[in-house]
Amino acid sequence: MDIAWFLLIAPLVATIAILLHLHRKPDMAIFASVGSASLCFLIALAVACGGIPEPVPYEWISLPGWTVDIGMIFDPLSKGMLLVVTGIGLLIHIYSIGYMAHDPGKGRFFGGLTIFMFSMTGIVLADNLIMLFLFWEGVGLSSYLLIGFWYEKESAAQAANKAFVCNRLADFGFMVGILTFWFLMGTVSVRPGVLAPLYKENAMPATGSTLNQVVIQTTQAGSYAAQHGISASPVLLTIMVVGLFLGCVGKSAMFPLHVWLPDAMEGPTPVSALIHAATMVAAGVYMLCRVYPLLLLSPAGMFIIAFIGCFTAIFAALIAVQQNDIKRILAYSTLSQLGYMVMAVGCGGPDAAMFHLTTHAFFKALLFLAAGSVIHALHDEQDIWKMGGLYNKIPLTFWTFAIGMLALIGCPPFAGFFSKDYVLSVAYAYGPVFYWVGVITAFLTAFYMTRLVVVAFFGKARTPAAEHPHESPRVMTIPLVILSVLSFTGGFGFIGIKSLYHAWSTGVLASTGLLGVAAPHAEPNFFLEMIVPAAVVALGVVLAYFLYAEVKVDPLEIKVLAHKFYFDELYDYFLVGEQQLAARFLNWIDSWILDGLIIRGAAYISVGVGELFRLLQTGSLQGYAFLFTLGSIVLIYFTIFH
Amino acid sequence: MDITLNNYLAVAAILFAIGLMGVIMRRNLLIIYMSLEMMLQAANLTFVAFSRFNGHLDGQVFVFFVITVAAAEVSVGLALIVALYRLKRTTQVQDLTTLKF
Repeated sequence: MDIAWFLLIAPLVATIAILLHLHRKPDMAIFASVGSASLCFLIALAVACGGIPEPVPYEWISLPGWTVDIGMIFDPLSKGMLLVVTGIGLLIHIYSIGYMAHDPGKGRFFGGLTIFMFSMTGIVLADNLIMLFLFWEGVGLSSYLLIGFWYEKESAAQAANKAFVCNRLADFGFMVGILTFWFLMGTVSVRPGVLAPLYKENAMPATGSTLNQVVIQTTQAGSYAAQHGISASPVLLTIMVVGLFLGCVGKSAMFPLHVWLPDAMEGPTPVSALIHAATMVAAGVYMLCRVYPLLLLSPAGMFIIAFIGCFTAIFAALIAVQQNDIKRILAYSTLSQLGYMVMAVGCGGPDAAMFHLTTHAFFKALLFLAAGSVIHALHDEQDIWKMGGLYNKIPLTFWTFAIGMLALIGCPPFAGFFSKDYVLSVAYAYGPVFYWVGVITAFLTAFYMTRLVVVAFFGKARTPAAEHPHESPRVMTIPLVILSVLSFTGGFGFIGIKSLYHAWSTGVLASTGLLGVAAPHAEPNFFLEMIVPAAVVALGVVLAYFLYAEVKVDPLEIKVLAHKFYFDELYDYFLVGEQQLAARFLNWIDSWILDGLIIRGAAYISVGVGELFRLLQTGSLQGYAFLFTLGSIVLIYFTIFH
Repeated sequence: MDITLNNYLAVAAILFAIGLMGVIMRRNLLIIYMSLEMMLQAANLTFVAFSRFNGHLDGQVFVFFVITVAAAEVSVGLALIVALYRLKRTTQVQDLTTLKF
């Protein structure tokens, strides 16, 4: 057996062991969980260095003309993502040992983390959409379990439900996408070697992928397909792309299904860092990159992706400006950054998306873990207005948080600067509108992150708890330090993250014959790429500093932002209120027509017939004997004489 | 007169009919039981007769099996009747009608 399978087997075995027995023995559970995560990371390192070959796929479902394998893809895309998932996963496992030390349910907690590692690794390596979808559901499950980890808290249980329902809703679209893909292409494989020929068969000659060209291409697509006898109609291709994108909308919490992610912060902080910031929510972006050649088949679909991404980026950044809970601010900033990544995919820069995904995984995991360290230090206080003056009391946490914050806002030369600029340059090549929205978002990001840092760490302590915080134990601070190093250096050219993904996307485009045609020419424009973003970031930081330094209450009060544009209320009204009527009506049909008439009706008929035939059972032994004889005689008569 | 296969079969048929009538008509379980045995012997008789006239031993072998199984069956059946009598204090079938609606 190929050693690569242990990437899946190790966490699976650990999960089963914890599920069956070890959840009652927390120390053993931690050992199993951290052990399997370390093993995965080691194998991932070997895979990334090319030391382990791609395993031979197992045939899983085999039907005439259609097979589904369980297989793995090792290409630069999956190798990069695998390192991110297992590496950050391992760091957060270690951090959790300290963070969850006093929680009675920590065995269960590590069990959830291990299921997550199993499913996430599966998503990254899956070589077809059916397998990917299974693991996709797996991360949904682990997310549900871990958001609701403190299930005795009403809000946590509700948040877990909300996340699950939102994801199910999106998964329906994802399934439609997968089925359309299968219907059109006759395969579910996402191997690059399979997708490239499929692209060539179904594509119309690309003239380019900037916004103007997209409009022309979309309007002409129907007549082109008719002329050249392409069977897959442009409408179906768009349905396929939008369906696949809907999967991403749910998992990556794009507008309008973004509502679950901020509520998911009810889970323990390491979970927020690992699942709801660094890896799982990025799975949607990863999936889009995986099927990227197919997305190119529908320019209209690409436009929808870019638009939703762009809208989510600025929308979430606006909300973040008025939030007061440290984890919620970070959650909205995650939404906003995910919007950047999705926009980059839609604008034709999957390598920019993956680059930003990777650096974002570093600094957002760092920010969440540092925030967790703050919360830990203040005995579960999350309101930034009840903190203050922490910078010299918990210095290590402060400095690591500051590095994360600088990387997030894109301050040169931190990692976020490089990746965000790359995303913006791709957006500019696609359509300047996207670029300018991205720039405004960058300004807002700088503004709200400075607000967070100034209010929480500077000034004077506003509550007694904030006056005597205690620095977190070593097991928690070491992952912070490692992540800060990554957040600082991740963007530099010599680390090679950008070139890794760039090589991958160039390869994809070359195999589809699109190199230099459809990829927007990211002409180096020093002013737009470097100066403008850096200038707005500086503006945001300065503005926020002068507004928030030395204040006791928020000087800005924008109700509509504080209430998150009233989306929860809106959904409450429409989905929970109006939908109740429909649900009650359907319930009535279900209980009276379906259950009463059809299901119970069938039962009553058999009961009635049974009652009738019961009358034949007289209890007279000789009566039975007589009938039996009569029956035999009739039977013999018919067998012999007919 | 020659005794042919038909004679044997006629005897067997008469035996079987007597047994069947006994099973259907008589009221005492023990008698019914004896009648059942009679039906079995009718079947045995046809076996032996066919075996004799076809010059084939299979039928005889079969009869041995039937006798053996019947012996076992008798012991079980009698035990059941005794147990039933202890429980109900009767062996008349018209009193044993609990298995009905």
